[in-house]
Amino acid sequence: MSGELTVVRATTASRLGAVAGVAALTALATVPFWASAGDMRLLVEALTLLALAQMWNLLAGYAGLVSIGQQAFVGIGAYGLYYFGDKVGVHPFLAAGLAGLAAAALAIPTAGLAFRLRGGYFAIGTWVIAEVYHLLAVNTSYLGGGSGVTVGSAAALERGTREDGTYWLALAAGAGAVILVYAVLRSRLGLALTAIRDNEEAAESLGVDLVRAKLVVYVLAGLGCGLAGAVIYLNLLRIQPDAAFTVNWTAYMIFIVVIGGIGTIEGPIVGTAVFFVLRELLSGYGTWYLVALGGVAVVVMLAAPGGLWSLVQRRFDLRLFPVQRRLRLPPAPEREANP
Amino acid sequence: MSLLSLEAVSGFYGDFQALFDVSLTVEEGETVAIIGANGAGKSTLLAAVAGTLARVEGSVRFDGGPAGGLPPHARVRLGISLVPEGRRIFPSLSVEENLLLGAYSGRPGPWTVSRVYELFPLIERVARTPGARISGGEQQALAIGRALMANPRLLLLDEVSLGLAPIVVGQLYAAMPEITGLGTTVLLVEQDVSQALRAAGRVYCLLEGRVSLEGRPGELTSEQITAAYFGV
Amino acid sequence: MEWVNAVVQGILLGGLYALFATGLSLVFGVMRLVNLAHGDLSILAAFLLVAIVDATGLDPWIGLALVVPALFVIGYVLQYGLLNRTLAGGELAPLLVTFGLSIILQNVLLEVFTADSRGLDAGSIETSSIRISDQISIGWFPLVTFIVSIVLLSVLQLALSRTRTGRALRATADDPRTAQLQGIDNRRIYALAMGIALATVALAGVFLGMRTTFGPAIGPARLIFAFEAVIIGGLGSLWGTLVGGIVLGVAQTVGAQISPGWGVLTGHLVFLAVLATRPTGLFSRQVRQ
Repeated sequence: MSGELTVVRATTASRLGAVAGVAALTALATVPFWASAGDMRLLVEALTLLALAQMWNLLAGYAGLVSIGQQAFVGIGAYGLYYFGDKVGVHPFLAAGLAGLAAAALAIPTAGLAFRLRGGYFAIGTWVIAEVYHLLAVNTSYLGGGSGVTVGSAAALERGTREDGTYWLALAAGAGAVILVYAVLRSRLGLALTAIRDNEEAAESLGVDLVRAKLVVYVLAGLGCGLAGAVIYLNLLRIQPDAAFTVNWTAYMIFIVVIGGIGTIEGPIVGTAVFFVLRELLSGYGTWYLVALGGVAVVVMLAAPGGLWSLVQRRFDLRLFPVQRRLRLPPAPEREANP
Repeated sequence: MSLLSLEAVSGFYGDFQALFDVSLTVEEGETVAIIGANGAGKSTLLAAVAGTLARVEGSVRFDGGPAGGLPPHARVRLGISLVPEGRRIFPSLSVEENLLLGAYSGRPGPWTVSRVYELFPLIERVARTPGARISGGEQQALAIGRALMANPRLLLLDEVSLGLAPIVVGQLYAAMPEITGLGTTVLLVEQDVSQALRAAGRVYCLLEGRVSLEGRPGELTSEQITAAYFGV
Repeated sequence: MEWVNAVVQGILLGGLYALFATGLSLVFGVMRLVNLAHGDLSILAAFLLVAIVDATGLDPWIGLALVVPALFVIGYVLQYGLLNRTLAGGELAPLLVTFGLSIILQNVLLEVFTADSRGLDAGSIETSSIRISDQISIGWFPLVTFIVSIVLLSVLQLALSRTRTGRALRATADDPRTAQLQGIDNRRIYALAMGIALATVALAGVFLGMRTTFGPAIGPARLIFAFEAVIIGGLGSLWGTLVGGIVLGVAQTVGAQISPGWGVLTGHLVFLAVLATRPTGLFSRQVRQ
């Protein structure tokens, strides 16, 4: 009997998704050759936000780590860019990558403290630690203190080079984040995360190393947010500690993920689109777009906790990223094997 | 009119069905026992009456009115009190506070703290002790006393004897006549069949979620009970 | 002597932090809910009072008698109508919904009241003080705040231990399902707990507004201070919350004495030190499950 079962991951939709993904990536890669500088800036923003959202999705949607302190790593990425680019003197594009690594490194001691708290208190705990990084930046004159710094090394680049390079880095961050989450979920770590999500205690009793799995996810998210933060400031050039470490970064991540669909790879992509549509629609009305986003997120959380993508998925059984394993019984039509 | 009547009641835990079309009546003043093997659905049946089971189909009527859709706290106000399996004493409240909490619904009636202490002198000695720190027998007496504080018309007892020494079980059951003597109707679930047969005027036996036998203890043969209990 | 003064001021500041922390602790204790909008709701209370004072010219002290019940009602309705629905699932929904509320509140306040700093005039008490020595003087206002927090904690403690409703709150915290079997409607108990929490946090917000100027964006920092006080003091302990508030207050004032920019940061660092060495807090009761 068991010999006749086959484990199936890809579906027709996911094969089409893969083709569409490669096509979209190719198209996006050519953007600098034909798009205006303004459009490119907007795309940089969208791609970096997608990267941030995808990282928060990995944390909260798959590892159960509801962090409200991811702005810490955005800020660290920003200051890392400044440090490696202006103080150490490496090329700013390379400095952005190094900044991501620095954020990953700092994620380890951060986790050491934050992991002592559970659930809601973990959430506020990460926020406190982000505030510590923020205040350290404010109080460090070497990093410009409260008024911040300009990333001179990046500003000194030839404008077209900087814009194109920043764009490609943003594309790497956005697409990389999607691919990273996908790869994590298809790995052994992904199985561990699924087990944790289904039943934390049972998973632990089966030998899943919870802390290690969560730590790996937390460090990866630090890396992703740090890199995205560096790219954001390659675009903005001026780093102010209050803005670099604002909790709004995490608010964007949360709203995008919740609206799009937490615990799915497609969700943050949908959510990012909704975010920009809402922001552009309400662009003349100050911060009301944040109120609207928050309101939509609350309503979605209560009425459709799986987000917009879950509505699409339920309607069409559509999965673009095959992270589930499906059992196929030869004589019968395809069935769902996952609960 | 029966005090409690269940008609074609089915009960579910998620997708798992634990009760199938159970019909049962309890008259005012009766003591009725439900017996059955582990997993036969006894506690589920009490949960369906008390309102703690999330999904119930069929009709649950109390004192002539529908009780099926009501939340547990509303059923307490109607006069249905459950002594839950495992006692579930509030650990951080003292014994006396546990009793006082039992009177939260404010139903009038004969039961007061001092009356419960008369019934169960063993818990008066530990009145000021936190619920977490008293023995299993004291906890069970307290759980019954707490339910009585609501002056219920129908008292539901779930596995009173579970995990207790026989002498303690004897003490607890010795209090039953005084409880029923005040007019309280009792529906009890008991794993110990002989205990149930002694205490009750009528028994129902459940087998895999269905009623397999009903009758008065004196009129049932042990063969009938064995067959209904084990399904052989 | 400056240092002694810093400690004295820090202790008094701790009273204010305890006011912020009490409600957070209560709500977590009763329904395991972490309300991320806690700080913003305190600022909402302060702005409500500003609006009342602006519109009617009422004395802020009298207006307080309007704002505290108003926040009680808001808390009750918020919990009953909205947050109770989030409690059935995991911990994600309540966190995300209250975080959403936090962001909504901040930005609505920003749009309605602008980013300008506002203040509440408490009258002459704001500037008068008791002179102890040349370097040490105790302001009447911080002293009153401190006393109010002690009175509040005492009243709450008494109400929780002596009244019927207090018992119901504690029983629901212990075991909500069994509490229902005693005739307690959990939804109302939760709503009541949130109402009380927001009434206390309204008091905190108004005292803050009388003490310093405030703007729409400072809510999250109040949440963080409240949280630090709760964790330093130890979960589940009302008086521990006061001690936690005092430790945090002293850390901040002494830190600010070292260097003006280091006050809040020192508070965070002391919190992290407690977290690293005594993760259950200084006065934690055995966590029951």
